[in-house]
Amino acid sequence: MKAVLKKLLTFIITVLLVTLFVFVAFEMIPGDAATARLGINATPEALEKMREEMGLTRPFFVRYFSWLGSFFFGDMGVSYSYGVSVRSMLASKLPITLTLTLMAFIMVVVLSIPIGLYSSKYEDRVFAKVIDVSGQLVMSIPPFFLGILVTYVFGMLLHMFTPGGFVSYDINFGKFISYLIFPALAIAVPKAAMSTKLLKTSILSERRLDYVRTAYSRGNSTMDVLYKHVLKNAVIPVITFLGMTLADIVAGSLVIEQVFSIPGYGRLLISSIANRDYPVVQAIIAIIAMIVIFINLLVDVTYQVLDPRLRGN
Amino acid sequence: MKNLMFRIRKNPEMYIGAAIIVVMLAIIICGVIFSPYDPDAMDASAKFADPSPAHPMGCDNFGRDLYARLSIGGATTLFIAVATVFIGVIFGIIIGALTGYYGGVVDEILMRFNDAVLAFPSILLALVFISLFGSGTFKVIISLGILFIPSFARIVRSEFMRCSKLDYVRSARLMGAGDLRIMFVHILPNIIPVLLSSTVIGFNNAVLAEASMSFLGIGVQPPSSSLGRMLSEAQAFLFSEPSYAIITGVTIALIVLGFSLLGDGLKKNA
Repeated sequence: MKAVLKKLLTFIITVLLVTLFVFVAFEMIPGDAATARLGINATPEALEKMREEMGLTRPFFVRYFSWLGSFFFGDMGVSYSYGVSVRSMLASKLPITLTLTLMAFIMVVVLSIPIGLYSSKYEDRVFAKVIDVSGQLVMSIPPFFLGILVTYVFGMLLHMFTPGGFVSYDINFGKFISYLIFPALAIAVPKAAMSTKLLKTSILSERRLDYVRTAYSRGNSTMDVLYKHVLKNAVIPVITFLGMTLADIVAGSLVIEQVFSIPGYGRLLISSIANRDYPVVQAIIAIIAMIVIFINLLVDVTYQVLDPRLRGN
Repeated sequence: MKNLMFRIRKNPEMYIGAAIIVVMLAIIICGVIFSPYDPDAMDASAKFADPSPAHPMGCDNFGRDLYARLSIGGATTLFIAVATVFIGVIFGIIIGALTGYYGGVVDEILMRFNDAVLAFPSILLALVFISLFGSGTFKVIISLGILFIPSFARIVRSEFMRCSKLDYVRSARLMGAGDLRIMFVHILPNIIPVLLSSTVIGFNNAVLAEASMSFLGIGVQPPSSSLGRMLSEAQAFLFSEPSYAIITGVTIALIVLGFSLLGDGLKKNA
């Protein structure tokens, strides 16, 4: 219980630190929000009035906490470029980025665990070696190039999807999912290769330990030892990795969205950076950062459930 | 000769990685020095020309020689990576050495801060910096450089903490060596093997980060070219001229593969 409280406290502190960082970063931008709203030709008096109205004259920490408070209640300000609330801009795009991330994550798990098990069980077979080498090659392909290759092979040669033909979830959910399979694949394959490699090395090093010999000597079959004893321990470092991967996938989807022209958070973020639409940039960065921190918390908790050695003190 | 074969067999990653890097560097340097074409010179008659003795890799959508562009783009990417890693390593060593050697409250605060930064996906931080500083070659270098400091600082710190308790440091102290001398003359040379492998891996990440940012259009700005930028230009012609995208992408992938193999190999040796 104490450990959980401590984790929760660290979580809160990290959220505060990160949001403070995001807030400070955007405070430092030359030219303030009032100028951005009124344009550079505004009179000093009008600017002063606007600053007063927007609350920019209040002390720093008051502004930070009021920003944070309204952020958590869903008020993320108004977009400079479109004049609509940031919240409404982000709400419609959240399902897109979330679905893409989840699909990619499921693919990583589904691909890497069986392959990792296979290649550690039959490490001397030629096929296991082929998996090793191709994994190494796949890992060095930059995600956006892999996206382009996937577009070329599946979209243009095999005609399995229409590149650029994204369909939104509220129009046709089936088509939405079937379009996202390919970008998800482009995100998932290199991560799956990494997690396969990790699972394999982890299983191989676990298998050398004494408890495995004991388990065999008590008459357990190979399958029993592998699944009931070794896997439980070997999967722990892989879970850390998967947690980090989930965070990476969230960030990686920003790039892949650009390759496949998916109108999710990534494209919005990039275009908002180009347009200097800071409220949007600030909101997206803060949301993604919080998702990442939350995932880290989940990973920590999962550990404690899986590994009794970490419980207690 | 036999000795070399033995060493290659013992650590094939390192030698294969080094070989890939040497070949890629040779291709890029030859292109920069010997290519007769101006990488920005357009030639309407050579639009999407096939590879030929005159244009070894063909031409792009403006009839610019692809080999000349690829080598200048590769050189830009590598230059950014070197500069970025340089910033990261220098500041990483200074911060890591001071915190690891002295410890204390400053160390605690800096490391908590470090953890918070490292918890962020790096591309996201790079985007924050770019939206603050604006895009362009030098701004990319500064953004990525700052981003690389924490990971180097952490590695250097843990090595300094380990070494500062070893006998040779104690004897140096007994002989009256000052703190700075101990840090930079005695400890630093001993952590170079560890630092070297992480520098190479950092280099790999820098190439990837620069390429992603330029691909997204927020890194290197035209008229400068970099591999990531070229790839995003090539994507538009993927259907009609797939070789443009594939040549550019494979170049990036080979550079990354070379450095990641070399880094793995050096880690094994360290």
